[in-house]
Amino acid sequence: MERLKVKLNNLELDNPVIPASGTYGFGYDYLDFYDPNILGSISLKGTTLHPRFGNVTPRIAECHMGMLNSVGLQNPGIHKVIEEELVKLDKIYHKKIIFNVSGFNIDEYVECVRLLDNIDKVGIIEVNISCPNVKDGGLSFGSDCSSAASVTKEVRKVTTKPLFIKLSPNVSNIADIAKSCEDEGADGISMINTLIGARFNLKTGKPILHNVTGGFSGPAILPVALRMVYEVYERVNIPIIGIGGISSAYDVIEMMYAGASAIQIGSSNLVDPYTCKKVIDDLPLVMDELNIKKITDIIGRAHK
Amino acid sequence: MVFNMKKIENYKIIHNNLIAKNTYEMKLEGNVGWIDKPGKFINVSVDSNYLKRPISICDYDETTLTLVYKVFGSGTKWLSNKKENEKIEALVNLGNGFELNTENEALIIGGGVGVPPLYALSKRLKEKGVKLTIILGFTSKEDSFYIDKFKELSELVYISSNDGSIGEIGFVSDIMIKYNLLDIPYYTCGPTPMLKAVHSISTAKGQLSLEERMGCGFGACMGCSHKTKNGYKRVCVEGPVFTSEEIIWND
Repeated sequence: MERLKVKLNNLELDNPVIPASGTYGFGYDYLDFYDPNILGSISLKGTTLHPRFGNVTPRIAECHMGMLNSVGLQNPGIHKVIEEELVKLDKIYHKKIIFNVSGFNIDEYVECVRLLDNIDKVGIIEVNISCPNVKDGGLSFGSDCSSAASVTKEVRKVTTKPLFIKLSPNVSNIADIAKSCEDEGADGISMINTLIGARFNLKTGKPILHNVTGGFSGPAILPVALRMVYEVYERVNIPIIGIGGISSAYDVIEMMYAGASAIQIGSSNLVDPYTCKKVIDDLPLVMDELNIKKITDIIGRAHK
Repeated sequence: MVFNMKKIENYKIIHNNLIAKNTYEMKLEGNVGWIDKPGKFINVSVDSNYLKRPISICDYDETTLTLVYKVFGSGTKWLSNKKENEKIEALVNLGNGFELNTENEALIIGGGVGVPPLYALSKRLKEKGVKLTIILGFTSKEDSFYIDKFKELSELVYISSNDGSIGEIGFVSDIMIKYNLLDIPYYTCGPTPMLKAVHSISTAKGQLSLEERMGCGFGACMGCSHKTKNGYKRVCVEGPVFTSEEIIWND
């Protein structure tokens, strides 16, 4: 459907709906529910240079209209993902994917991005900078402008593919950080990653998550994501993929008003595996209701 | 292939009765054609909470399935308040289930809320002509359930409780040692410390059904990963049933 098409740099998507990294595995856990080819694209499970088991369980907690996870980037490592997962995925999903990478030092990011540069299936490289910088104090790469800029600068050197930096919301100056990434050559911004939360067992008083803290996501965070996308849209001239709490076609419209060119749906997939399909089916109806002819007409409407 | 798919189904509640302390039996009518073996689970939507509640199938026939669940928090509390003829929604056909590959004799070992999936399993094994020895452990008498139902399936049913208020005082593993049941192929479900004890003292092969906090229940979130000798497995997809040969305890 022509009116749902959006563009992220040179990549044209049939619609703006993309399942978010970490909620869609490597693409085949939803085959019982719908054909993944209806999606605009897929952001794959966060991948690191080396295999990772992730955190000790329990890894999941919940709250009103949301959940916490401390999965800890469990993945088989980028070599196995390229050699096995992408090959399997190519048989069931015929569009380009968004490859999400993480690292614990800059060299790991660079090596991952370098390995992806010549892979045709990869339409966008999404660089998750919410991980701790193990070599330099353990603070997240996404927590200040200079470390966000240095990751962007170094990965930019090894690829010509579109680079989207995925920002952490656990900062006081997200628009400044987005601008630093743009200045160092980022082609786009994915935002937001999860907020940091914790829950405690009422009977024992102990943390529910073994890791104590976890990433807080779900419909409860939608207003935070909308506010941050709004702020970043004011500061940068590169496209934004809006992420955070989206569960309906109305949420998609609102996120695009705030400034997103496309959106990702995360936790809602886990609660209702049909969410992305329902949102794609509902979008034309909601657009009719709101007198929207083409979805691209509304990007950044909140600013006009 | 179509019959093996995960899907959302609606069920009508036939009854939802208190059968032990904080423990309910919910019988549901609806599509059960996907249940090809015992030990699978469904992920029940609860209006009170964001995430669904994974509950194992206790019993099933051609048109109904039965859940036995304990009220632990707000989600199971909400479920316990549902009435006859009301509807519930669930994501179904989850988990791998037990393999009925025991030929002559099997030991069934259940602890607390781990007992329910062993009931349908015991029925299927008995239909196959397998001789069953059953051990059920509960915290105390007021927590116990289904003892008479298990006794219909075998003359060899041992009961233990932590306080001795029903059966013998102690753990199911004490019963295994006392009655020399350590070399019978086993099926077990219950709290993790119990599973570890059973796994370490038995000299026979077994199938262990694990419990873990889940996000999605269908393999997408990696919330319930468990280490095995064959790599990392998701309790919700490759489990909840693992073999004694492959299992490794996370700590």
